[in-house]
Amino acid sequence: MKRFIGFIKKEFYHIFRDRRSLFILFGMPIAQIMLFGFAITNEINNVDIAILDHSKDATTEAIINKISASTYFSINEVITKESDIETIFKKGKIKAVLNFEKDFSKNLIKEHNATLQIITDATDPNTANTISNYINAILQQYQKELNKDVKLAYQIIPQTRMVYNRELKSVYMFVPGVMTIILMLVSAMMTSISITREKELGTMEILLVSPLKPFQVIVGKVFPYIFLSIINAVVIVMLSIFIFKMPVQGSLFLLALESILFIVSALALGILISTISATQQTAMMISLMGLMLPVILLSGFIFPISSMPLPLQIISNIIPAKWFVIIIKGIMLKGVGLQFIWKETLILVGMTVFFIALSVKKYKIRLE
Amino acid sequence: MSINISNISKSYKKVKALQNISFKVETGELFGLIGPDGAGKTTLFRILTTLLIANKGTAKVAGFDVVSDYKNIRNSVGYMPGKFSLYQDLTIEENLEFFATIFGTTVEENYDLIKDIYMQIEPFKTRRAGKLSGGMKQKLALCCALIHKPKVLFLDEPTTGVDPVSRKEFWEMLKRLQQKNITILVSTPYMDEAALCDRIALIQNGKILEIDTPEAIVKHNPNQIYNVSADNMYKLINSLKTYKHNHSVYPFGEFVHYTDRRTDFNPKALKVYLESQNLSNIHINKTVATIEDTFMELAK
Amino acid sequence: MNKNKVIQVEELTKMFGDFAAVNAITFNVEKGEIFGFLGANGAGKTTAMKMLIGISKPTSGKAAVAGYDVFTNAEDIKKSIGYMSQKFALYDDLTVKENITFFGGIYGLSRKQIKEKSKVLIEELGLENVANKLVGALPLGWKQKLSFSVALLHDPKIVFLDEPTGGVDPITRRQFWEMIYKAAHNGTTVFVTTHYMDEAEYCDRVSIMVNGKIEALNTPKKLKEYFKVDNMNDVFLKLARE
Repeated sequence: MKRFIGFIKKEFYHIFRDRRSLFILFGMPIAQIMLFGFAITNEINNVDIAILDHSKDATTEAIINKISASTYFSINEVITKESDIETIFKKGKIKAVLNFEKDFSKNLIKEHNATLQIITDATDPNTANTISNYINAILQQYQKELNKDVKLAYQIIPQTRMVYNRELKSVYMFVPGVMTIILMLVSAMMTSISITREKELGTMEILLVSPLKPFQVIVGKVFPYIFLSIINAVVIVMLSIFIFKMPVQGSLFLLALESILFIVSALALGILISTISATQQTAMMISLMGLMLPVILLSGFIFPISSMPLPLQIISNIIPAKWFVIIIKGIMLKGVGLQFIWKETLILVGMTVFFIALSVKKYKIRLE
Repeated sequence: MSINISNISKSYKKVKALQNISFKVETGELFGLIGPDGAGKTTLFRILTTLLIANKGTAKVAGFDVVSDYKNIRNSVGYMPGKFSLYQDLTIEENLEFFATIFGTTVEENYDLIKDIYMQIEPFKTRRAGKLSGGMKQKLALCCALIHKPKVLFLDEPTTGVDPVSRKEFWEMLKRLQQKNITILVSTPYMDEAALCDRIALIQNGKILEIDTPEAIVKHNPNQIYNVSADNMYKLINSLKTYKHNHSVYPFGEFVHYTDRRTDFNPKALKVYLESQNLSNIHINKTVATIEDTFMELAK
Repeated sequence: MNKNKVIQVEELTKMFGDFAAVNAITFNVEKGEIFGFLGANGAGKTTAMKMLIGISKPTSGKAAVAGYDVFTNAEDIKKSIGYMSQKFALYDDLTVKENITFFGGIYGLSRKQIKEKSKVLIEELGLENVANKLVGALPLGWKQKLSFSVALLHDPKIVFLDEPTGGVDPITRRQFWEMIYKAAHNGTTVFVTTHYMDEAEYCDRVSIMVNGKIEALNTPKKLKEYFKVDNMNDVFLKLARE
């Protein structure tokens, strides 16, 4: 036990004396959560649009007023002919043009049907899509108001309602993802780097030629990172609660347990990486390419898994982060208990046991 | 018997790192493994410290087999790898304490063993290992390897990259440790350090050329060596190399070490020849062979 | 300026803050001389050499290398010198020929020159059978001889060698020194920095740096006589003890 404590003491010296790793440890979670929370967002706000109004009647005016009254759009330009559309798109500022046909009002009343063309700049398809959805929603609203007095029998108006994230705040979606990335990064990358550093320095040789058992070396190396990862998870949750006012619906205790489970699985992956790489550089490359990218791309945190091609959907199953994202989304956003996520938890437990077994088996008591 | 190596061979892919190595080191002996980089010194050290497994042959250290009894060996040997393997971001004190702890001991318990050495670096004990000079790193690494009172000490090129003053001090320390009945196996590429060992093994390309005391090895050299000098080194070497009776011609600092093939060699004849090659200020004198001369003769 | 003095250094100083890494050193090196620049690690050798090869600006003093001033003509200096160090010499993942072509290229040799020179070089070193093999697969001694030849490829006036023969086997090391003697004989000045005192024995003249200053400068023979010892190692020990 004394050996073990001595070992951990040494690990903490390493961590606190290396400014770079300290920065990665504590700067990254904050930077990432801020980045995802504020800068990278799916919401639209004050998007500049232009109006091409061929009829200029009461109805078009009402619609335009309604649109400009929303905080989503600001009407930046009014153009008069079709040929101007391309010119203003090319300038880049305007993201959408609303083109009202001639005699809009008249057509609506006489033929119960008028055309409003929404032209969006699809260089950024996500934004374009969102813009047209928002405009559609405003138009729906307007039609509803318009038809209020008219007695039309049993008209079905589709209505979408966003659940769990009613305010459509993207930061709510990103918090679980960022937490997954950070825990993966800190746990897997930092441990694999710290183990390979001993190999590079040659100190691993001395550790091997000492009465320490391999198991003691591994646990001694990863223990500090379990501790640091937990602190990190707490920091992330606090940030999201206090800065982004994100409510955590489920049990904090369950969240903590599941996070520790994920941390352990990531640490085991880190050890596994260190057994196959001889230098810190290789360990870092493998961690980044082999872990970070799949976590970002295939965990379902940015891109929905259900819309991926089948092979990728299948591959995503072997990524622990996918299951962890499902679990913490469940706990944080839906407030579910273990009875709804036991399957995912079990998968994660299985993977963790597998990784630990594999890395203990791969860990060499000799140099080759 | 402290170390007993018999018929050890080791290959990495195509490279034969060690070929059929056998020798014994007595308890309390200071044994030197002398050879250039790539001779196989480090490979042999790693086999003896249980870090590698040989392809063929057996070895015992402190009475334990290096393969089946590796755990016992790890408890009873001290090992100082090639580059001083210290934690650069830990201070002198912290490094020493750490190594003491992992060997299940304390600095105080074995302080008398390292006292002589540690006292020299103690004034800097709060300095980080990364900021130390080569000589100080070397001393600290030795302290760390000794802190658990090992029976056998393995030092892999402990003097490489260290200035002459520290090198000298280091060998003096080894002599003192030897008196405490610790067996020491040390490797070095410097031939001049060979004379400081009790016995040495000359090693090149994974093969042992000779094992004996340094004095005996020098005596084994069958050739009489002559120090030759002249006013132009380059021309002198070329002239000697084209002299038909030469056995070996090696530049050796300000001289050329020359050996002749004839038993009735007369230096005067050589002088006449060299003068005919337009060399002047010629001196030819007998000299005694060094370990390096012998090494070259054996490796030829 | 004396044409035979290819390196002229006067009161050359390099300060790092308050610390004088190189403290007013003065010496000259003649054309075709093998000059040993000795000192323990941290004595200031590397700092001094960096100033001479034009990659570090001196704080004060004067120095000219191959006739160019280190303050104003550093770029010209780089063109007229060769450099070889034990740590970095050749690319292990390029073949012998590719290495020669690459280094010839960066020193501005024409294709024709490179072709001719590499043929001569490979022949002289007896590397015909391994010319298309990766340098990483060659024995250490061969690599060092090859990298010395590569450093001489563009016929530099001065070649700087940084601990060139550490760890090499004794026979190869002598072959290496024979190459150095040859280069010096052909008029190339050889500047060797090292802390291996046995390398010093081979030099025409040596300087020994201690704590940023040159404490001794003479032929190895004279130094040994002066300190009444029989090798350079003991000369160094005596100097360091003072």
